[in-house]
Amino acid sequence: MMRLLAPLALIAAFAAMPVARAAGPVIIELPTDDTPFADLGPGSPSADAVNENCRSCHSASMVMNQPKLSAPEWAAEVAKMRGTYKAPVAESDDAAIVAWLAAMSAGKRTDG
Amino acid sequence: MNSRRQFLLNTAIAAAGLAAPGLAQPMRDLRLPGGPGLRPLTDAFPGKHGMILQRTTPALLETPLSAFDTGIFTPNERFYVRWHWPCPTEVDPASFRLTVDGHVKKSLSLSLAVLKKLPHFEIAAVNQCSGNSRGLFEPRVAGGQWGHGAMGNALWTGVRLRDVLALAGVRDGALVARFSGLDEPLVPDGPDFMKSLGIDHARDGEVMIAWAMNGETLPMLNGFPLRLVVPGWYSTYWVKALDRIEVLDRHDDNYWMAKAYKVPATPDGGIAPGTKDFPTRPISAMVPRSFITNIDHGARLLAAAPVKIGGIAFGGDAGVSSVDVSADGGATWVAATLGPDAGKYSFRRFDGVATPPGSGPGRLMSRCTSTAGVTQPMTGIWNPGGYMRGQVETTEVVFA
Repeated sequence: MMRLLAPLALIAAFAAMPVARAAGPVIIELPTDDTPFADLGPGSPSADAVNENCRSCHSASMVMNQPKLSAPEWAAEVAKMRGTYKAPVAESDDAAIVAWLAAMSAGKRTDG
Repeated sequence: MNSRRQFLLNTAIAAAGLAAPGLAQPMRDLRLPGGPGLRPLTDAFPGKHGMILQRTTPALLETPLSAFDTGIFTPNERFYVRWHWPCPTEVDPASFRLTVDGHVKKSLSLSLAVLKKLPHFEIAAVNQCSGNSRGLFEPRVAGGQWGHGAMGNALWTGVRLRDVLALAGVRDGALVARFSGLDEPLVPDGPDFMKSLGIDHARDGEVMIAWAMNGETLPMLNGFPLRLVVPGWYSTYWVKALDRIEVLDRHDDNYWMAKAYKVPATPDGGIAPGTKDFPTRPISAMVPRSFITNIDHGARLLAAAPVKIGGIAFGGDAGVSSVDVSADGGATWVAATLGPDAGKYSFRRFDGVATPPGSGPGRLMSRCTSTAGVTQPMTGIWNPGGYMRGQVETTEVVFA
């Protein structure tokens, strides 16, 4: 019995050592965030264009955490995403994207 | 905040599109002027705990200020995270190679095992995002809306960049060393993240290629298996998952040096809001900062008793010479006691005692002076990138 236990204890000890972990790739799993941009309600611009264009590279929270920005400021952000970061956003979608962003921003609460 | 208000705010956040699995999720209010300042706390990222969730993809995680109250070294599990492009999720340390090439006598492809045979050293250094505290700029600017927690201090272990460059043999006429990592643009023609240092800076003997922080292997989210450590300079230069060093005999005109991370070419990096067409320079050395970590905003304190004000300070690209504290909004200052000195680039603890001016709303402050003689100003700078905030910060309390 003792002869059996000793090797098992040895294996257990090795398994806990970083050296054992170092063999082979280090792999992590990152959380994802599929939360869509929300509909703003009746009479408001549709969220379709932002949902189709603005979530392939980054979470919606990047947009939702921005301070209040005007329509021209949002347009500049969209232009930066396309021009600098090469986001595949069709210029024909710009108006719909900026309309939703500006409407969302205008309705943002400012106290928290 | 009453529970109904908390409920309403949480509902608003969930509807607005943040990852909010449940209404009971703890939130932090970063108190950003004009809002929105509420963020969820998350444990969802590997090796991280209690982080302020700014963005899930690519990861932006902020350290709560209270985490800085427990010691001058920020635990790895609380250390902030910032990626432009997605963080690598798989690295094989056995097959990983660091390439050194360009304007050198001999190109190198170094395994981790070979790299670690070079002489090691350790350095305590603050790693701070260029845009730390951007959310507090007024007028507000677009970008990552950080509170004060896009920073941390660690004891880094690695080898001197100088030694690695010497192995390759820098050729005459070299101007800069350019660094890039394993992270890749999400779209094929997106700008790969690359940063450069002047060749003399790269060979100053302080810039490090690190594989460990606080005595542990770098977390993947903080740059496993190697990252650059550039003591005293903003974190944009501390390239993570570093796998290539390219020596150039020309200036680096890549997007991340030529267009991004530029500040006005003024002495303090500030400019009047709305100014157009001003000269700029790449952001570089940090400025002194200090933060009260033992008292939260909104705390109720005794008006009749002295108030103990403690926190952390750093001198930017110099050490901490002194820290003063104030309980009357900066009308009077008292010298704080400094904790142990872990090196000029490290956080340093301060603890002071100040006298409240009376009952009612009060403002606590701390003010660092660096060994270079630079004192935090009372009023802040502004620039369109939201970079280099360094003014005296205020903790609003109530004396009763």
